[in-house]
Amino acid sequence: MDFELNEDQRILQKSARDFLKKECPKDLVRNLADVDPGHSTELWQKMAALGWMGLLVPGEYDGIGWSFVEQAVLLEEMGFTLCPAPFISTTILGAQTLVMAGNEEQKRDILPNVVAGDLILTMALTESDGGCEPSALDLMAVREGDEWVLNGIKLFVPDALAADYILCVARTSEDPIPEKGLTIFLVKAKTLGVNVTPLKTVSKDKQYEINFSNVCLKPESIIGPVDGAWPTIKTIISMVGLARAAETVGVMRAVLEMTVAYAMERVQFGRPIGSFQAIQHYLADMWVDTLGARNLVMKAAWKLATGRPSDEATGIAKVMVGKAGRKATTTAHRIFGAIGFTMEHDLHLYHRRTLVNDLISGDSDFHYEQIARGLGL
Amino acid sequence: MDLDFTREELALRQEVEAFVRRELPPNWDNQIVFWPGGYGTIPIFETRFQEVAKAFSLKLHEKDWTRLAWPEEYGGEASVMKAAIVGNVLSYHRAPAGGVASSIVAPTIILVGTEKLKKEFLPKIADGRAGFWLAYSEPNAGSDLAALKATAVEDGDDYIINGQKIWSSGAHVTEYAWALVKTDPDAPAHKSATLIIIPNDTPGVTIKPIINICGNHSFNEVFFDDVRVPKKYVVGEVNQGFYNVMLALQFERLTIGSGSFRRVLDELIQYAKENVRNGRPLSENNPVRRALADLAIEIEIFETFYWQSVCMQEKGKVPEVEASALKLVFTELSVKLANTAVDILGPYGLLDKGSTRAPFGGRVGIGYLDSISGPIGAGTSEIQKSILATRGLGLPRH
Repeated sequence: MDFELNEDQRILQKSARDFLKKECPKDLVRNLADVDPGHSTELWQKMAALGWMGLLVPGEYDGIGWSFVEQAVLLEEMGFTLCPAPFISTTILGAQTLVMAGNEEQKRDILPNVVAGDLILTMALTESDGGCEPSALDLMAVREGDEWVLNGIKLFVPDALAADYILCVARTSEDPIPEKGLTIFLVKAKTLGVNVTPLKTVSKDKQYEINFSNVCLKPESIIGPVDGAWPTIKTIISMVGLARAAETVGVMRAVLEMTVAYAMERVQFGRPIGSFQAIQHYLADMWVDTLGARNLVMKAAWKLATGRPSDEATGIAKVMVGKAGRKATTTAHRIFGAIGFTMEHDLHLYHRRTLVNDLISGDSDFHYEQIARGLGL
Repeated sequence: MDLDFTREELALRQEVEAFVRRELPPNWDNQIVFWPGGYGTIPIFETRFQEVAKAFSLKLHEKDWTRLAWPEEYGGEASVMKAAIVGNVLSYHRAPAGGVASSIVAPTIILVGTEKLKKEFLPKIADGRAGFWLAYSEPNAGSDLAALKATAVEDGDDYIINGQKIWSSGAHVTEYAWALVKTDPDAPAHKSATLIIIPNDTPGVTIKPIINICGNHSFNEVFFDDVRVPKKYVVGEVNQGFYNVMLALQFERLTIGSGSFRRVLDELIQYAKENVRNGRPLSENNPVRRALADLAIEIEIFETFYWQSVCMQEKGKVPEVEASALKLVFTELSVKLANTAVDILGPYGLLDKGSTRAPFGGRVGIGYLDSISGPIGAGTSEIQKSILATRGLGLPRH
């Protein structure tokens, strides 16, 4: 048993840390927060040049073919710097779905371009119901002759305006069992009838509503089996949930660091507030939560990486880290006091990220159920 | 990163599993009400289980499993991992094993004790003949251990010890006190005390029971009146007692019943599946499912901390702040476990041992009370947080 990262992983961690420190300053984060599509093509290209888009992509499609452990290491660093990039959307929602369910031609067409940084992907899953269980998915794709026609509205599609392709989950047949009858379609974002509008969020991340209106698709755009997409989707939700959690671990680490530094320099009653036990105990809790959060993420990542059953572990990581991230940023606000409640200070940027990472990529209902089922309930 | 056990370690787990199923006293689980992370329901502190516990220790010793973490020259395998695996499986089954003799006393004697001490005590600890209790706390020295008042005064080849200890878990069922006493009252606090072994049967030692809120006699108050102890029983250097006590803390933190938390979770899951409330199985009740999932999360956190500390020690590193985090996490987990358990059991959570209607023989109701002890015993949660903040995060001491 060994909890430590190996040398390759440590090198990745170090190089990501150094790169992002230089290339992803807070000014960039702030500037991109209030605009659409909200990411920097220049930064994206540099990230691609480091091989990050292909970390999880097999070698035959130009990727590095590493595992989720390395992906988690990288995501923690991206969370630490609040890196604004459609990275999780592209590498997990898009590329991993293709890796798992795409046919050879689809993989050859798309994955090398993703690795090169030339394509951005996302997935349209959630609908007005807000949940991501199969019973919450109603958008229909109807077969008309040789083609499929999509009609309906998807919500909370991340990074949709930046995306070149949208993987849309649609109902292709009405089966009494909701798990059956779901199909994934690969839709070019520029297709006629695809209307993307931003959802204004307090988290300032890039969420969109997509209205699919008589969108005609060829059979070649189907990824995986018709009516049989749920197992893939379920795995993708687990993975993307874990990815969000990994990012939040980095956010927590950053918040802990900045709050400890502040507690040492802020003087009240003639001494640093970090010398008061009330403050010390807040920070001790935050630290223990951060270490625990990282352990749960790495354990789930290791399970995914080694092909072990991982639904329960990813659920555990997503639920715990989601809550712990919000708790950490909330606690940091207590310690910073009024200055942390300003737009001028950076703390709110971190808090917004922990909030979105908790509420999306599988809501807590979904991930709690993954845990409960794993326990045999 | 590899979070699995090796094949050899898995084989050891299975062997211990088979052993414990074979050797556990008959009907054991119905006799005890042990609660994970609590200090008030530990079976080996109960007088009525002494014979059973000694017999079980001897069987463990025959398997050579009582000193796995000790260095090879003292009959061990120098494997904290193996010791932790044995402890993990035994504690899952709530077996009458463990104790501070093997977890604190032996490692400290090995590190700083004289050859004579090693010869006299290590064999007796290995086979369970020598039990120890920790004589640290005093009426006015709890978290502030440096305020202790019990004294040891030199007299020829002996020390004469006077004073009072309290919250002395297991003093009534063990043979020796592992005592911290003042040897230089004028020195700065951290250089004023010495660690010394005091046989319980020495004249002048008086042990009086204190009954805890679970109704058990687990701890005591102990009076030392002119107790004469030979100098050879001093452990480590004179006036280095605080240092020597700290040495073993890292070991102590790993002797917790690491497997017993998951055992309770498994039992609660089973209970939820088998019991119907308001017309449907508890396991189909959404709040119950969430509560159990939350416990699974907390237990997973604890277990990763636990095995992480084990791995550190296996590599020869010393967990310091990690040991504090572990103590904090597992005792707070004990409280959460108990609170969730009574929530799920509802009114049945009230039932005490002795009630024929009590689920789990009353373990949950008693456990709820016992869980109070975890965060206040052996270094309170608040002390652990202060250690984490100052030693770990570098915040200034107040």
